[in-house]
Amino acid sequence: MADAATVDSADADEDIDLSALDDDDLIAQMHDDLYDGLGPEIVEGTELLLGRGWAADKVLNEALVEAMRIVGIDFRDGILFVPEVLLAANAMKAGMEVLRPLLAETGAEPIGKIVIGTVKGDIHDIGKNLVGMMLEGAGFEVVDLGINTDVDEFLGALAEHRPDILGMSALLTTTMPYMKVVVDTLIEQGLRDDYLVIVGGAPLNQEFGEAVGADAYCRDAAVAAETATDLIRARRAAA
Amino acid sequence: MTDTVISSATREVVIGFDRPFVMIGERINPTGRKLLAAEMKEGDFSRVEADALAQVAAGAHMLDVNAGVPLADEPALLASAVKLVQSVTDVPLSIDSSIIEALEAGIDAYVGKPLINSVTGEAEVMERVLPLVARAGAAVVAISNDETGISEDPDVRFEVARRIVSAAADYGIPSHDVVVDPLVMPIGAMPTAGRQVFQLVQRLRSELGVNTTCGASNVSFGLPNRHVVTGTFLAMAIGAGMTSAIMNPLHADVKAAVMAGDVLAGNDTNCAAWIAEHRDRSAMGEDTPANGRAAAGGRRRGGRRARTG
Repeated sequence: MADAATVDSADADEDIDLSALDDDDLIAQMHDDLYDGLGPEIVEGTELLLGRGWAADKVLNEALVEAMRIVGIDFRDGILFVPEVLLAANAMKAGMEVLRPLLAETGAEPIGKIVIGTVKGDIHDIGKNLVGMMLEGAGFEVVDLGINTDVDEFLGALAEHRPDILGMSALLTTTMPYMKVVVDTLIEQGLRDDYLVIVGGAPLNQEFGEAVGADAYCRDAAVAAETATDLIRARRAAA
Repeated sequence: MTDTVISSATREVVIGFDRPFVMIGERINPTGRKLLAAEMKEGDFSRVEADALAQVAAGAHMLDVNAGVPLADEPALLASAVKLVQSVTDVPLSIDSSIIEALEAGIDAYVGKPLINSVTGEAEVMERVLPLVARAGAAVVAISNDETGISEDPDVRFEVARRIVSAAADYGIPSHDVVVDPLVMPIGAMPTAGRQVFQLVQRLRSELGVNTTCGASNVSFGLPNRHVVTGTFLAMAIGAGMTSAIMNPLHADVKAAVMAGDVLAGNDTNCAAWIAEHRDRSAMGEDTPANGRAAAGGRRRGGRRARTG
């Protein structure tokens, strides 16, 4: 309805029959469609590839994750903006819903698993939600604990979900020191080395990230997705 | 008619219905400003001083002072910043921290009646901040969220605001000294963020009779050409009855939109402030910001001084 004023006949001329494209062109088109946030087109493309015998994890990585990687780069470089990234993430989600049951069936592993939450005393979640979406876009399984998360909730979720990474967010100078409480508790319980820890939020900086004992501070959602991916690759390469 | 008076040793600013919108300069805040944060931590306040002077020159009626540097002694930093800013300008200040001890140190360092930024609807925060505000005889910014988060329902946020106003009254703080912040979310991530604020401001004004403020820049987070979005948001908020904002008067688009909003809401008598600010530019057919040239006067004839002198 918001587009009512701009409807023109050009749309009809540009209609693309996805099923007529060969695999390479279809993948390229899906990268464009996800970039443009076209959910139904992504679902259609995903189903077409599956119908052509593609494995679910191959569709995920070559069509969806690769497209979201491009979105992340252009977001970082100021070419794409927040509302567009949210649309792209939702298109990704629509494709994921088709793939998820198949991925579970075949036992395909996500690139990694991450537990995220805004720390105790802090109720800001827009930035954390963006991080969650970018991470899902990067192929992570994301467990979001929401806002106002205390150390017991974080530890409980770590024990339950056994993630690779713990991500914490804070938007207040009063609440960000709580990140250290969580990290210190991990150390006390001998669990620190079991997880990678990344932190972020408007008042934080690199120095603060180091001071609380995190593995990385991430300036924004795109950086968080990149950093998480790099950290996991590095850890697996070292193992 | 609700007037919130904020003062320094020598100057008073009134936030009130049907008065010119009060622009509170947002720049003295190390959040997201790496260089400023590093300098403040080292005890270098030269940029704080420059920011204070520049914002006042650009038309800020008040200045917000925040010293939220990670891993620093925030109470000491905030006290120093408050003292320094008061030594270079006489505009009243908003003392901004989420750390109670920092608010306390800022208040102790301040001369006049400050605006304390802020208290929320969280029981524990109210119990600690409101006595401080009462003791200082200050005014306070009340942010309409509580333990459960920031509701997307304006009615819930209204109830939180009502609860803070009533708790403040229990400490002897009159409702005209509570300035409610309806919470501005990024419109790029939440399409209803604008409408929520406009509805809430109308209700806060008509039903609670309180003044309002907000951190305006947040609305345009993540958008291109964002200052125009921020400015238009503020003009619309003024239309809904908002009476002040923490904002950046150095952005010409934002400031012009606020001034135009005041004109259109009937808060700028005879459009005097608008004309004084823009007369020269209009005569020159330019759209560049007035850069130090005497904005009032220009090539206008008249004025009594020439004849009486």
